[in-house]
This record gives sequence, C-alpha cells and structure tokens, in this order.
Amino acid sequence: MVLLSGGASGIGAATARLVVREGGKAVVADRDEAKGRALAEELGKAALFVPLDVTDEPAWQKAVAATVETFGGLHGLLNAAGVGVRNSIEDCSLEDYRRVNDVNSMGTFLGCKHAIPAMAKTIREKGGAGSIVNISSVLGLRGASYAMAYCASKGAVRSLTKNVALHCAQMKYGIRCNSVHPGYIDTPMIAPRLSATVDNMSGRQWLEELHPLGRLGQAEEVANMILFLLSDESGFSTGSEFVCDGGLTA
Amino acid sequence: MSELSGHVAIVTGGASGIGAATVRLLAEAGASVVVADIQPAAKDAPGRFVKHDVASEESWKGLLAEVLDRDGRLDILVNNAGITGGWGTIETTTVEQWRRIEAVDSEGVFLGCKYAIEGMKKTGPHKPASKGSIVNVSSVAALVGSAGPTAYCAAKGAVRLLSKSVALYCAEKKYGIRCNSVHPGGVDTPIFNPLWQALGHEQGRAMLGAHHPIGDMAEPEDLGELILWLASDRAAFVTGAEFVADGGLTSGLSRRNFFGTR
Repeated sequence: MVLLSGGASGIGAATARLVVREGGKAVVADRDEAKGRALAEELGKAALFVPLDVTDEPAWQKAVAATVETFGGLHGLLNAAGVGVRNSIEDCSLEDYRRVNDVNSMGTFLGCKHAIPAMAKTIREKGGAGSIVNISSVLGLRGASYAMAYCASKGAVRSLTKNVALHCAQMKYGIRCNSVHPGYIDTPMIAPRLSATVDNMSGRQWLEELHPLGRLGQAEEVANMILFLLSDESGFSTGSEFVCDGGLTA
Repeated sequence: MSELSGHVAIVTGGASGIGAATVRLLAEAGASVVVADIQPAAKDAPGRFVKHDVASEESWKGLLAEVLDRDGRLDILVNNAGITGGWGTIETTTVEQWRRIEAVDSEGVFLGCKYAIEGMKKTGPHKPASKGSIVNVSSVAALVGSAGPTAYCAAKGAVRLLSKSVALYCAEKKYGIRCNSVHPGGVDTPIFNPLWQALGHEQGRAMLGAHHPIGDMAEPEDLGELILWLASDRAAFVTGAEFVADGGLTSGLSRRNFFGTR
C-alpha cells in the first residue's frame, strides 16, 4: 500500500505503475483529477485516485484516511509532487519563494507528518515495514543560479528527510526515510524548458549536455530506484541520499 | 588603517549571541556596523542599532534605504538572525510553527540576500565598488537530522542551498559579491535559554558540550572569527561553500554522540 503525491504524472505516475506491476497497491494523489483518475482506472482494482493539494493539511488527512479505508493500511509514501520554477535571487518575489517552498518543502513535511502515524499503526497491527521516499533533486545537492527558490526548497527536503529518518528510528516505528535526487528527467515538469533556446542550443540539447551520459533521464529509471527504496531490499538504508542523475553531480 | 576601514556591514540578530560577537569583531576590524535586530542591543555594544524584523519585506526595504542613506554603501551582510521555534518533531510540528520558522530562518535569509545585492550594486560607480560578501548562518542541522527540530532542519537546509544559488548567480553576473554558508554546532548563546533555565547554565553547557568530540560548546567569538574571515578580502576566492565550525560534531563516528540520539 503506497500513497504517491504527484502520482498522476512524471516520476509519480511511473512509480504508481511499477508498484502495481510488482503486486502492490497504489493510491494516486494529485491536484490533476482528470489525469489521476485516468491512471487509477488504467491500473484497475490495485489503484485508487484521491484529490490532493500537498499544501492543504486536511487534504493530506483525507488522503491517508482513504488509503487506509480502501486498502487496510499504509506501508509506503512517495512525496513526488513538486513545482519547478526558474528564478534568481534578484527576480524572485517573496510570493514566488513561498509558493515554491510551500509545495516542495512544506508539502513533503505534511505528507511525512500524516503518513507516519498511519504507517506505524499498520506495522503494529499487521506487521511489515514502512518506507518514505522524498523526491529532492540534484539541485538539493548543488546550487543553480537560475533556480534559487527551487534549490532552497529541495535543500530543505534533503535535510528534513534526515530528521524524519532519525525520529522514526528513535521511535522504533520500523519506518525508513530517504531522499532521491534526480537529474533532469523527461517529464511534464521540464517540458517548457525543452522548447526554449539557451546559448543558441535547443533547451533539450542544453539539458542533455549537462549530463555526462548525454541524455535526459526517464521517469522509469527514477521509479526503479524509488521501488528499491520502498521495498525491504533497502532495509538497512535510512536518512540517505540516492542520486539518479546521469553523472551530473560527479 | 584597519582591514575593514570604509566597509559598511549589516548583522541581523546582531544584539546577542553569534551576532553580537560578529558585530564586535567587525567593528574592531574597522567596519561601520549596523546592528539589525528585533531586540535592543546592549547599551555599551559597538555599532549602530536599527530595529529590524528579518521576516518582513517592508522592514528590509526600510533598513537598506536607511543604511544607503546614512552610510552611503553596503559591503557586508551577515544573515545571522534565527529561531529554533521549540523542539517540534515531524509528528508534533504544526503548520503554524512551520510557517513561523520558515518566515524567519529561510524567508528572512532570502529577503536579506535579495535586498543586500540590490544595495551592494548601488554602491558606486562614483564610489569604490562594494567588495560584497554575504555570510548566511545555517547550522549543522542542515547537515545531520539529529541536530535540531524538524522545521529548523528544513529551513537551515534551504539556507545551505540558497547560498550556493546566490553565489553562482552573483559570480555569473560579475557583481563581485560572494556568498557562503556557516554551519555552527552548539554555541553558548541565548538560543539555548530555555535549556539554561531548565538545567542551569553550567550543567546545560556541560551536557551539550559533551556531545561534541572537542568536549565543549563554542563561544560566540569562535563563530564570529570565521564570519569575519568570510566577510573580509582574505576570503576573496571563497564563494558558494559551506563552513562548518562544530567541534567535530559532524566529522564522523565518535564516542560522543549527536543531540537527541542514544
């Protein structure tokens, strides 16, 4: 039983498909109702759609409750909802800064906060283990002049993840928490950048050349790493950073 | 002539703790220092006090206008003001607490960088160009998850990466402005007042000090010296980097443990 914020598209959707293919249940939680419902329908009985704006605390409570009610518990959480905004320290307004941090950082905080009690209860009553995967970014590891607020929000997710991991370990909940740091992945989030022109190159070519592997990542490649972290195969990993970036930060 | 003669510096949270020590060291090095704090500075403290709330954009606009008007330039900003906001965990932190800590520790640093860059750019062309150094006080809580409350860890993690983005942006624009983050471990400052009140200062300091491999907490001056160096031209090639001063706390495994773990 895995709850996935931002589950309707990109990395979230690829992970939902993989979870169901591997015999799990996926709760697709997203602001985009049409896409989310369509994906849940495609995945059949093993999936459920719940509407979720990650900055809305009651919506998180409802999403967790719906998961438990439909599938009888919660073992996994993927915080994949996020916004990618280009701004620099000079042209970012306080509203922009707050919006990016609210979705990427506070949204992840709220997801962890409300999933943990449900996961701990599931583990106590039914056994198994819990795992939370937070999507940070290579921009949570390295700065970027053109994505100041995004870097700050993903740096927050990176540090928050370690705090959550240690809290859960100390409480002996049996819940692990790790961050995943993708490079540029070919998803709807970066679509506007692919068609732009940078330094006389297409945006796609510019982004591809950033990665030593010479291409963008695929959502499925990140989903494979997430599935490993959600599964017991990664049972001794918690509070760590998992990079999937085609060599970008090497 | 002292090293920082003719330099103008703003230190947020300059009335106490690391901020007050930094104000003293910058002033001793010859800088004109503006103590920007929501609480009043000590009567005999060096520098010029300006009441300032880092979480308020209006307050930042007013502060920069006042400093450029009175001092004519800005060379150094130390974003030191911060709160821990209690000891909330991932399970007990409320949205209200999260937003308050975010507003001071993360948005406050963002606004400081934004308005300081604008102010530093205004220095010149008829005056010597600003040397431009921004020092953001993050924490070891940005580096390890056991060293602070949940929202504080997140906000300090934001400051760590924000500093790098600001550094890269200013370098690309050739503004001559550097930006670095400082990551203190336990420092004997009023931020621990609740603990001092509960345990007594001596006992509280001994307890927290014992978590650090070096066996003691830092004095505010220990951090002030690092900030002074980053603010000065001696660190001219240093930008976008992280400076840890934590008595060995995050350096590796030790018989002494981190905060909050057994």
